[in-house]
Amino acid sequence: MNAAYRRLEAASFRPLTEHTRGFLALVAGLFFVAGWGAYAWSLQLRHGLAVTGLNDLVPWGFYITNFVMFIGISHAGTFISAVLRLTGVGWRKPVVRMAEFMTIASLVVGAMMPLVDLGRPERILNVLRFGRLESPILWDLVSITSYLVGSLIYLYLPLIPDIARCRDALGDRVPAWRRRLYTALAAGWRNTPGQREALERGIRTMCVIIIPVMISVHTVVSWIFAMTLRTGWHSTIFGPYFVVGAIYSGIAAVITGMAIFRRAYRLQEWFTDRHFVYLGNLLLATGLFYFYFTFAEYLTIGYKLEPADKALLLELMVGRYAWVFWFWWLAGWLVPVLLLALPPTRNAWGVVTASVLINVGMWVKRYFIVVPSLALPLMPYEWALYRPTWVEFSIVIAAFAGFALLLAGLAKLFPLISLWEMEEDLAGEAPAREERPRVGRRAARKSGRVTRPAVAWGDGGEEGGAND
Amino acid sequence: MGLTRRDILRWLATAGAGTAAAAWAKGGAAGLLALVREARAAAEGRPEGSAHSGEGMARDAAETRQWVMVVDLARCEGCRTLDRPPQCTVACTAEHHVPFDQEWIKVYEADDHGHHYFLPTPCMQCEKAPCVDVCPVGASYHAENGIVLIDHQRCIGCRFCMAACPYAARHFIWGDPPELPQTALVKYSPEYPLPYRRGTVVKCMFCAHRAREGRLPACVEGCPMGALYFGDYETDLASNGAEVVRLSRLLQERHAYRLKEKLGTRPRAWYLPGHGEAFLGQTPGDGAGVQGGAG
Repeated sequence: MNAAYRRLEAASFRPLTEHTRGFLALVAGLFFVAGWGAYAWSLQLRHGLAVTGLNDLVPWGFYITNFVMFIGISHAGTFISAVLRLTGVGWRKPVVRMAEFMTIASLVVGAMMPLVDLGRPERILNVLRFGRLESPILWDLVSITSYLVGSLIYLYLPLIPDIARCRDALGDRVPAWRRRLYTALAAGWRNTPGQREALERGIRTMCVIIIPVMISVHTVVSWIFAMTLRTGWHSTIFGPYFVVGAIYSGIAAVITGMAIFRRAYRLQEWFTDRHFVYLGNLLLATGLFYFYFTFAEYLTIGYKLEPADKALLLELMVGRYAWVFWFWWLAGWLVPVLLLALPPTRNAWGVVTASVLINVGMWVKRYFIVVPSLALPLMPYEWALYRPTWVEFSIVIAAFAGFALLLAGLAKLFPLISLWEMEEDLAGEAPAREERPRVGRRAARKSGRVTRPAVAWGDGGEEGGAND
Repeated sequence: MGLTRRDILRWLATAGAGTAAAAWAKGGAAGLLALVREARAAAEGRPEGSAHSGEGMARDAAETRQWVMVVDLARCEGCRTLDRPPQCTVACTAEHHVPFDQEWIKVYEADDHGHHYFLPTPCMQCEKAPCVDVCPVGASYHAENGIVLIDHQRCIGCRFCMAACPYAARHFIWGDPPELPQTALVKYSPEYPLPYRRGTVVKCMFCAHRAREGRLPACVEGCPMGALYFGDYETDLASNGAEVVRLSRLLQERHAYRLKEKLGTRPRAWYLPGHGEAFLGQTPGDGAGVQGGAG
């Protein structure tokens, strides 16, 4: 065990045992916002959805937008963790756990949104009792449940050795219930060769299983829309379009989270600028893919201009939804892509700024995917109006607070960085068997303008431990 | 066809075997039976989408009604000459105690390339109904007589059906519906779903409860122009309350069409093209026009 690892361990354990005033204030603030949302929800439960701005013509609004947003964010954890693990990208190691925390937190919050949206939430179990597999809602239920379970397993497996370290190292520094929790969750981990072998086999298996499940999730979310005969939703590319959008918004959320945790937990040594730039490259790539899908989507309807398509496009481009439409193009796509692509801003600040813009922009994007297609006149009448009320604003904002609370809770219970995986690199050992870090190394060499960090995670044994 | 209101009522009454027997017991149904026989003989001439199964044919015609609605646009002028709101909507609202200013049969004022006309739209009771397809709990379903019903004790209020309906025919009970003394003792059934339940979806059901009792839908009775027909694919008859006509002939001769035909939803509401011209300058109630009101 060298100094680098000890520094990491100290930095990872500190938040588990010490709670700063700032953290407590943040939690109090988040609880207040979440509590306000809970109050708004209680009003909605008492008086029905009449307290929302939804109506017979626009039956879905903010809640469904938020649902798509959070389920979208949940894709990044798996994408970064499983896809990069499978392709042997070494630099992923410090950031995967936080990304997986985000997956869990956003899935839980995202899955809550349809419940909030239901007219009869107390009848939710009818979906199990009378569920019809012909309904895309059942596809969503099956897919999201599988993804949540799979993600929990996929988060838990690589966590076991670290939980064992918490069990062994934290001792009296944590309350008794947490010692018991760590002991239980560590599941008798003693780091024996047999256990390690089994663990790595489990991780590899889950890694392969979780990727198609992840892709299915946003595909079927999109199919909720695409299985209808609505203009704007009635599209064959909605599945992949949504999946790419999910990864785009998800990576942006992970980068934003990294920036916050780097500051709050003082993780500059592990969340290096290089991580931001590499993730920024991924973000740029998905952003370009997303442009491709968006462009294809609008061009194919815009070229033919069937009356309903034309009405929708006009309303988006120069009508009532123009400000959200162009806001997305500008702040959700063009500016971030320029920030990510142009050399002067290809650094942590540029990437984080782009990510924050994408977070906001992609929420807006989902809004103008969901609402205008509903507001579009189906019969000969005027466009329908949807004015969200303070209740909907409160619940949507509270969802974000709840997401932050879940994330903060997970990050207070478990080390935010995978200690045992990092140790392999920090100790200068050869990378684990499944690691073929050539992709990482090649990528590292290509981006020559990036300042090389003190430690090149996963760049291979020869560089490991050469820090300081 | 020289039929009287009594014949119409009898024809409708055969919807329920029991009521039919009662009607026959009173005698005098010969004309109607002849019509039914005639209609059966012409079974092959049914319009597309009459959705009858061999099983259905084997059963008593009385049980296999396949209700449809026909809107004669030539006779509909949105009740403008009456200077009143569309009377079909008014009658429907009164019959169902429709809450929250909803209009289950909404009369749109359509402007189609300079052609100005009125378009009454009940629920289309699509044979391939998108709402039924997407319902996660099977709360929306087809009754045997083709009407799309909603089980309000099962509906979870996800409103997917509303998003899926291409005709904007569905409505939602967003808040607490007003409590009405008239409905306090009504026993709930999907055909007449009173009292309304908050957080569930409602819509036109072709007045299935009235058809069961042998009465025309409230909107058909309420239309002063006789522009609305209630019909049955199985017996191939339709009535606007003033006359009984052969459904298939009416649809064929008047070049009937359905809304958004190309979506493939196979609606059970047919439209006879026109622009209200049959009544322009006339006083409603003349000619084939009928003042509603039961019995």
